[in-house]
Amino acid sequence: MKVKRNLALSDSGFLFNPSTGDSFSINPIGQEIFHLLKEGKSQQDIEKYILENYMTDKDTVEKDFYDFTVMLKNFKLVEDNE
Amino acid sequence: MKRQYERPVIQKLNTGIMNKFGTRTEYEPYTHIDGVSVKSLIEQFGSPVFVMSERTIRENYRDAVRAFTTRYPKVQFAWSYKTNYLNAVCDVFHQEGSWAEVVSRFEYEKALHNGVPGNKIIFNGPDKTDDDLTVAIENNSPIHIDHLDELYRLTQLASDMAKRPNVAIRINMDTGVYPMWDRFGFNYENGAAWDAINKIMTSDHLNLVGLHTHIGTYMLSPSAYAAAATKMCDLALGIRRKYDKVIEYIDMGGGFASKNTLKGAYLRGSDTVPGIDEFAEAISSAFLNAEFKKGELPYLYLETGRALVDNAGFLLGSVISNKRLADGRRATIMDFGVNILFTSFWYDHKISPAQGFGTYTEDTVIYGPLCMNIDVVRENISLPPLKAGDHVVVHYVGAYNITQSMQFIALRPPVVMIDMQGKPHIIKKKEVLATLEKDEVTPDYLKEFKL
Repeated sequence: MKVKRNLALSDSGFLFNPSTGDSFSINPIGQEIFHLLKEGKSQQDIEKYILENYMTDKDTVEKDFYDFTVMLKNFKLVEDNE
Repeated sequence: MKRQYERPVIQKLNTGIMNKFGTRTEYEPYTHIDGVSVKSLIEQFGSPVFVMSERTIRENYRDAVRAFTTRYPKVQFAWSYKTNYLNAVCDVFHQEGSWAEVVSRFEYEKALHNGVPGNKIIFNGPDKTDDDLTVAIENNSPIHIDHLDELYRLTQLASDMAKRPNVAIRINMDTGVYPMWDRFGFNYENGAAWDAINKIMTSDHLNLVGLHTHIGTYMLSPSAYAAAATKMCDLALGIRRKYDKVIEYIDMGGGFASKNTLKGAYLRGSDTVPGIDEFAEAISSAFLNAEFKKGELPYLYLETGRALVDNAGFLLGSVISNKRLADGRRATIMDFGVNILFTSFWYDHKISPAQGFGTYTEDTVIYGPLCMNIDVVRENISLPPLKAGDHVVVHYVGAYNITQSMQFIALRPPVVMIDMQGKPHIIKKKEVLATLEKDEVTPDYLKEFKL
């Protein structure tokens, strides 16, 4: 999954979509996932990164990653062919 | 070192449109009740569990007594059993000096069993059988007559028993609020109240000692009580003039709102509900301004329930799961539902996470665990991301939830009371299947089957 290239994410978690004018707020861990997605990292890589850096478990990360990416799709923030 | 995990959240910002559901409401986790940690309570008693704070009950009661007795000299509270009739809760009120106010035979028996003398049990309610009335007459309890059929039956019973029971009649009236409560008692405006008074006063069998009203529930307007108190005093003075009879007490019932937030209200109850002092001021002023002669000031009885116990009750629960609804909203499923949180049908209960959380929140629907579509605890609440196993505290659940809860799909949880020293006590055990089946009778011919 690739997030759209033209999206701008500020350090405070403010995301702007210049194509539509929509703006969003993302929490810190969501911002990290967003950056990793933008870099082209795979789901496996991202889940591994979260598990290495946060106090959580694999099931939780998998569920939450799925939920987060569903919301990205819902908000039309990923490339259309994804 | 690994960092604290929080679920990733993205939410769309809608500039310029007011959020109908208000801003974020919870800034601090609610980790302790009267010094006892929520986590330890759940570890010890399971989840969900109701928790009552003895300290809060006593503080509420003393505050209410202070509010009234500093304004009016003759005040007596009677604990409204239907609001919360767990014996431990009733006993705290009785220890503080409260009488009992009951509306059914089993509540009446409960009050007697708790040690309340019969003459300090106020017997209200529209459904009193001949047997109920006989017991109340024998115990010299003040009987509050709701309708003419009860009046006639009571007169006959008193005659048969050669006793003269102390009675009051229940009055309903227009107090300037909508909807008007006119289904209980006799109406003031249409003359029904005077008709009943005349019947009692011309009977030798009943001793009219009081007048009673209960103008509504969750009343937000002290002025309605002022209007009601003025009319009640007017009736008492009228009886004094017409029959030369001094009315001993006027019972203003209950109905003072708690700080809970009604559904559809824009502002939270904690910001809008009048304090007990405002109700006390309205009622006391009306009593003092009425033209009672010296030495004939009636006692003011109060049957306050909700306002004295709602904030003393907490429901601790846990998150079962999260899911995303078709429209993108977050839904969180809790281990407590509307079967034990009946008041969620009319309140937007305050719900706090019981553990630390970050700064991000999401609009969330809170569902209970029942396999029924009606099981919605909050239709929309702004909460930080919660994960399965996290604990929450539901506030203001001390009134009507324990008495109205039912074993629908799920059995009822235990109730714990934290005493003045911060020690939790079980005051109602967790139900088991046997609790539910105790009174069931299955005919023998149905017990065997082959599948």
